[in-house]
Amino acid sequence: MSLTVEENKALIEEVLKAYPEKTAKKRAKHLGTFEDGKPDCGVKSNIKSLPGVMTIRGCAYAGSKGVVWGPIKDMIHISHGPVGCGQYSWASRRNYYIGETGIDTFGTMQFTSDFQEKDIVFGGDKKLEKIIDEIQELFPLNKGITVQSECPIGLIGDDIEAVSKKKAKEYEGKTIVPVRCEGFRGVSQSLGHHIANDAVRDWVFDKVDPNKNVFESSPYDVAIIGDYNIGGDAWSSRILLEEMGLRVIAQWSGDGTIAELENTPKAKLNVLHCYRSMNYISRHMEEKYGIPWVEYNFFGPTMIEKSLREIASHFDDTIKANAEVVIAKYRKLIDETIAKYKPRLQGKKVMLFVGGLRPRHVIGAYEDLGMEVVGTGYEFGHNDDYQRTTHYVKDGTLIYDDVTGYEFEKFVEKVQPDLVGSGIKEKYVFQKMGVPFRQMHSWDYSGPYHGYDGFAIFARDMDMAINSPVWGLAKAPWKKAA
Amino acid sequence: MPQNVEKVLDHENLFREPEYKAMFDNKRSQFEFRVPAEELAKQIEYAKTWEYREKNFAREALTVNPAKACQPLGAVFAAVGFEKTLPFVHGSQGCVAYYRSHFSRHFKEPTSCVSSSMTEDAAVFGGLNNMIDGLANTFNLYKPEMIAVSTTCMAEVIGDDLDAFIKTSKQKGSIPAEFDVPFAHTPAFVGSHITGYDNALQGIIKYFWDGKAGQGTALTRIPNESINFIGGFDGFVCGNLPEIRRMLDLMGVEHTILCDPSDVWNTPTDGEFRMYDGGTTKAQVEAAINAKATISFQGYSTEKTMKLIKEHGHETASFHHPMGVTGTDAFLMKVSELTGKPIPKELELERGRLVDAIADSQAHLHGKKFALYGDPDLMLGMTAFLLELGAEPVHVLSTNGDKEWADKVQALLDASPFGKNCKAYPKADLWHMRSLLFTEKVDFLIGNTYGKYLERDCGTPLIRLGFPIFDRHHHHRFPIWGYQGALRVLTMLLDEYFEALDANTIGIGTTDYSYDIIR
Repeated sequence: MSLTVEENKALIEEVLKAYPEKTAKKRAKHLGTFEDGKPDCGVKSNIKSLPGVMTIRGCAYAGSKGVVWGPIKDMIHISHGPVGCGQYSWASRRNYYIGETGIDTFGTMQFTSDFQEKDIVFGGDKKLEKIIDEIQELFPLNKGITVQSECPIGLIGDDIEAVSKKKAKEYEGKTIVPVRCEGFRGVSQSLGHHIANDAVRDWVFDKVDPNKNVFESSPYDVAIIGDYNIGGDAWSSRILLEEMGLRVIAQWSGDGTIAELENTPKAKLNVLHCYRSMNYISRHMEEKYGIPWVEYNFFGPTMIEKSLREIASHFDDTIKANAEVVIAKYRKLIDETIAKYKPRLQGKKVMLFVGGLRPRHVIGAYEDLGMEVVGTGYEFGHNDDYQRTTHYVKDGTLIYDDVTGYEFEKFVEKVQPDLVGSGIKEKYVFQKMGVPFRQMHSWDYSGPYHGYDGFAIFARDMDMAINSPVWGLAKAPWKKAA
Repeated sequence: MPQNVEKVLDHENLFREPEYKAMFDNKRSQFEFRVPAEELAKQIEYAKTWEYREKNFAREALTVNPAKACQPLGAVFAAVGFEKTLPFVHGSQGCVAYYRSHFSRHFKEPTSCVSSSMTEDAAVFGGLNNMIDGLANTFNLYKPEMIAVSTTCMAEVIGDDLDAFIKTSKQKGSIPAEFDVPFAHTPAFVGSHITGYDNALQGIIKYFWDGKAGQGTALTRIPNESINFIGGFDGFVCGNLPEIRRMLDLMGVEHTILCDPSDVWNTPTDGEFRMYDGGTTKAQVEAAINAKATISFQGYSTEKTMKLIKEHGHETASFHHPMGVTGTDAFLMKVSELTGKPIPKELELERGRLVDAIADSQAHLHGKKFALYGDPDLMLGMTAFLLELGAEPVHVLSTNGDKEWADKVQALLDASPFGKNCKAYPKADLWHMRSLLFTEKVDFLIGNTYGKYLERDCGTPLIRLGFPIFDRHHHHRFPIWGYQGALRVLTMLLDEYFEALDANTIGIGTTDYSYDIIR
């Protein structure tokens, strides 16, 4: 059982006592309890993190290079600025793709302008021009280049747009995309998503050559939007859409190509998984090209079924019937999965703290296994995320927005969940405390977790985390007795 | 349907199932508009040629797959090595998320560090308020005994003045006036992570020895018999520093390790999260001024620090990650020389056992060709060890090593018959290394985790030594320093050699005559 509203309130008050008064007042607005019938979760969000509190958040660069643009596999993404940002985000997000890395695909490489002091003093535009030339020389099969701005670019007044335009012209209309995702912009990764979406709009869509990469449209063309193919998620999703007779013409952006981005306006429907990071471009395509979009959730059978039917409802009876066939086809796998793992996981309590969609989207998958999510929060969610969350959480769920290291530790200490799902920075904190943990950004190097194939892996992983014999060893036997 | 509950297929097998393969083919042929197969094959082959290598080495602006990180990462490493110290990085918050993730992925441990979370307004007006509020929050929330401040490139570009900001913060009452806040400017666009380690460590030592940034009195040195030891930025720190301590204890040398994160990055799972554990105490840092000498194990990682210490009258000795028999000999003899303490029988015995192990196995490594890359100190130490084993360090590459470093490596190579036709490559990256491995083949590659892409592309087996190591567990818990550490490195080299030999002879009925049971 989750704590009661009153217990949550007392817990939050207790935790806030550690802060200086001014900070406590500000943090209080981000901590709350979901109460049935309310339109949101009662917390403020998308506000600047407070200095010195150990926020878990990242930056706009992480949102653009790390999330939206990085997975486009046949383009080269330059981390423009000092070496660090590209180094720390190098291949760490597990955006799976297929290709000859270094020859026609570049996803797990780190291209950097490695800024030196002279670049800061004299500007980096000349260097950027030269970098583009050298890329063309050494990686001639690349299909485009993006310039992912790190903090100094905006501060020293470089004109990466001018360089991009000049070089695009020089290389016969090559796609070169300047992205103003300097890390100091905005309050989290979130603005980086938005900036990256806008860059697709301005530097890809608006420059598409309609005679390039043409294919014949079909009435069943859809695009997967907001799936980064972490551990193969987009693949285990795509297979279901194709099995129900839809034709996936593009993946945004996991295992995606520039041609897929360019052809997306031909879709009949955009299906949107990560609303937070790609609602902007979906809305744009709706306004400009009249493409409707629908949010879906491929975590756990209950939500998958619901989503398959919802997606099918935008098409004819054949597709609707096919959706039922797909659901029936996987029924046995799902029944067996639940029969095997539910008895081992029934009643286990989970606390989550993740990024874009997962703080709500994975709740159904846990519930399918008989588990209960008693606390959740977003690293960089907005109010519309918290509104959507109300459809997933139960009365009394503890909600924490942009949680600090201190708060998270105290909440877990008090609530005593059986499992915490969060990121690499949090993982070892909780494991030291003897609390089972799964990374819910990288799937802890497992996955996929999307789709029916992914659910079997998800269930197995949660079981192995919670029911590992190691947790019984944390206390020395001579201490247990005392 | 590929998935199976009884034997759950993970990603590495799931996507090889026919349903997925067909799906991939379909995606590729219909929607990806990839490069035609012929053109692709041509470029794959071209990228292996000497001609491509020459173009690759003609690069002036682009860096591809570098083997270095930025200054602030090293600064956090240094700060973490002091007791109850919280690193506080002034600048954008995303950087701190990256440093914490990076260290946690390597050490499989929590890394506590805070940011002053500067955003657009701070870019315009400066980050003073972020410093004032940030120090107060950190102090109240995490109860450190010291906050070590460093900077990201954002704060450096706009020119924030740490000394002034910290003093103002104290005046505004955000932290007590006597609370220790050493600091260092660590611009990401100068040097690398080893520079940041150096700057931050120098900042901490200077703070305590030279009068706490004008808020205390400078210490007067009264030399005693102890020595200080500084390890430098080191991914194997959890194994190495305890090994150094053990050796110095065996010698009966009174010593202080300046910067010791080997406990906080090696805490137990026993039900309690320790945000702080171990580390050099403030009292130890202060007392360290009285040491008769200071030894740095990694000179390139401690240039400014050692200069400062020398200016305080210490005898100093800087090594370059000494490894193996000769390297460890030189280190111990230097300790002995500085302290007057003899090298004890126990260490002689360990030395003898290491020589014994090398004698047992040297035939397998003699004349084997190696390529290696990493931090400049590690490269010098490892090159010397390989030469000592009779192996040939054909390509020695460092992204953060300069021309002067390359000359040093070259001198080492030129002094050994095994260094003939071997070369050092300063300021080069792993895309350069790729060309080297294709055009001048070697038997083995030594480097960090990212070397696995070279292993895949060039077929050169990788031995993981360096930082970071993300894809193998617990290596950092064992030492690579001292005679014991050398034994471990020797074993790693041999394991990889034997694995490769077995793999090369495992063909049933074709090559398995050489699949020997005794090697």
